[in-house]
Amino acid sequence: MAAPAGSSIDLSAALVLAPAPLADWLVILPVAWCLVSGAVLLMLRKNLHIQPLLAILALAVLVVLDGLLLWRVIEGGPLTMVMGRWLPPFGIAFTADLTGALFALFSALVALAGGVFAVQNIDGSGRRYGFYPFLLLLMAGVSGAFLTGDIFNLYVWFEVLLISSFGLLVLGSEPKQIDGAVKYAFLNLVATTLFLIAVGYLYGLFGTLNMADIAIKAAERRADLPLMTLATLFVLAFGMKAAAFPVNFWLPASYHTPRIVVSALFAGLLTKVGIYSLLRVMVMLFPVEREELSFVIAVAAAATMLLGALGAIGQSDIRRLLGYLVVSGIGVMLAGIAVGGPGVAGAIFYALHSMVVMTALYMASGVAGRLSGTFDLNGAGGLYGRTAYFSALSLVLFLSVAGMPPFSGFWPKVMVAKAAIDIGAWWLAGSVLLTGFLTMIAVGRVWALAYWRPSTTPAGEGAGPGPAAILPLSALVLVTVLVGLFPDPLLSQIQAAASLLADPSAYIDSVFPHGAR
Amino acid sequence: MNTVIFRTLAPFLTALMLLFSVFVLLRGHNEPGGGFIGGLIAASALAIYGIGRGIQPVRQALWFHPMTIAAFGLLLACVAGLVSMVAAVPFMTGLWIYPSLFGVEVPLSTVMLFDLGVYLVVVGAITSIALALEREDI
Repeated sequence: MAAPAGSSIDLSAALVLAPAPLADWLVILPVAWCLVSGAVLLMLRKNLHIQPLLAILALAVLVVLDGLLLWRVIEGGPLTMVMGRWLPPFGIAFTADLTGALFALFSALVALAGGVFAVQNIDGSGRRYGFYPFLLLLMAGVSGAFLTGDIFNLYVWFEVLLISSFGLLVLGSEPKQIDGAVKYAFLNLVATTLFLIAVGYLYGLFGTLNMADIAIKAAERRADLPLMTLATLFVLAFGMKAAAFPVNFWLPASYHTPRIVVSALFAGLLTKVGIYSLLRVMVMLFPVEREELSFVIAVAAAATMLLGALGAIGQSDIRRLLGYLVVSGIGVMLAGIAVGGPGVAGAIFYALHSMVVMTALYMASGVAGRLSGTFDLNGAGGLYGRTAYFSALSLVLFLSVAGMPPFSGFWPKVMVAKAAIDIGAWWLAGSVLLTGFLTMIAVGRVWALAYWRPSTTPAGEGAGPGPAAILPLSALVLVTVLVGLFPDPLLSQIQAAASLLADPSAYIDSVFPHGAR
Repeated sequence: MNTVIFRTLAPFLTALMLLFSVFVLLRGHNEPGGGFIGGLIAASALAIYGIGRGIQPVRQALWFHPMTIAAFGLLLACVAGLVSMVAAVPFMTGLWIYPSLFGVEVPLSTVMLFDLGVYLVVVGAITSIALALEREDI
């Protein structure tokens, strides 16, 4: 119990006594804001008309908050706030460095686009089931995972986003959705359990959960701790979350069942949280172990990207095809993590690119499916003749996901391939290039069959896509085009982010100022 | 379960348990108890009422939809953390005031507000699950 003022206890031994300036609040506000607005939307869930307005407004505020946070991190370096004023490592720290802030900003952009797209895609029953509250709680989980500086807290945010994603997945309660949701839920629970076991093991070894503290202790006590076992457990758990081969089968089995905007958000956000955690844990906390495991990760990466691309060629349902492309992209990011060094920047860049482009691709597939009345490539056709603007948007996305210049998919693939060649892993660079080629065939097939081929069946819905669908799609396409044409501003931040991950001394200083521990 | 004895006793049992849940909630700051366990006790009280009298009376007695109660609890818990912003201390720092009511000093804190939020979240969530289960049961 806090005694009234006047006690003689030295509080500075336990508490942060320096006042917290308002700017420091930026590190926690994205999460708190999502929780507050999610709760308000849940209370208002009977007001079906006001929900989208409020949710889009809340997501726009989230984008602004994440933008301010990124600006603050670029200006002043990593930013830390310890919950409840306790000194780290005892209090739960929220620490935003460049990597976390970049991921948070891009996830907020994608969520905003999804919120707008959902105005048309989610009908009254979906809203009554609570699409928008779930979306904001999902964003609380995603932002929390990107911004936390405590590894058990990372687990908690994984659970938050997982539970929200269950809700989104079964929106509407169709039998097919339940089937997809069961596979998704079971395999993801296995992955989170593995993660929890790894965290428990880590706590047993280090006696701390604060990431900065772990980074220091891992460097000091590497010789006498079984860190390889621990790192392997983390790779398996996060690899499963990220849908890496051979634990990728849950993703294509479930991503085609929910509403299209839900698939779009999942494809953009969820697997990237797994990749982010791999970056955080393997690159920042256990760099030596990552080096040891790099061959294993590289083999998994090559298999993931090639099998993903081959799987995409083999599908005739557009949504399933995109599910395999998500998996294939994860392979490229893993390759970057396996290579290390400049490859890490490539992995971060590819993750940001993939967030935007995979979300946009799913949205485009939703519009295409609505226009032609089917998601099956064998029945679709004539989209180009019907709406040229939408077809142009889709073509940009197809080229971008295949890694063609001048779009955003090109640069990260070049970075990863070059980093792989530099360390002599020709086969890895070769599989990145081969994946690009196979992806091109897969999306070229969609383009030829659904867009170019004259329509064989009467049109599904006569009207073109509404502004609520075209607007977010255009905005995301604009992002991929701009990043592709002018990569320098983003690239320089990403390279700074990667070097901060490789040498986390600034991160550690932000958690433990003046070297106090 | 649909006996006269149970139907007659259920409201009294519910009232007693709800009162006890508030006691456990408030005691929780320094002794065993707290928002979570208090919320569970309250939710089981409502479940007993539901088993005795049916779902509709529970919904009427609650006035608000259970999910709304849970959402309000989440809001309270978040606001309890955000109050620290005004005091220029980090998120979730416990802040205390000691107003004097009728000559008795009453310690109030954001920690208690947070616990109240947890209580409402648990009551709302568990009650809506219980009501859904009871509805399928019949």
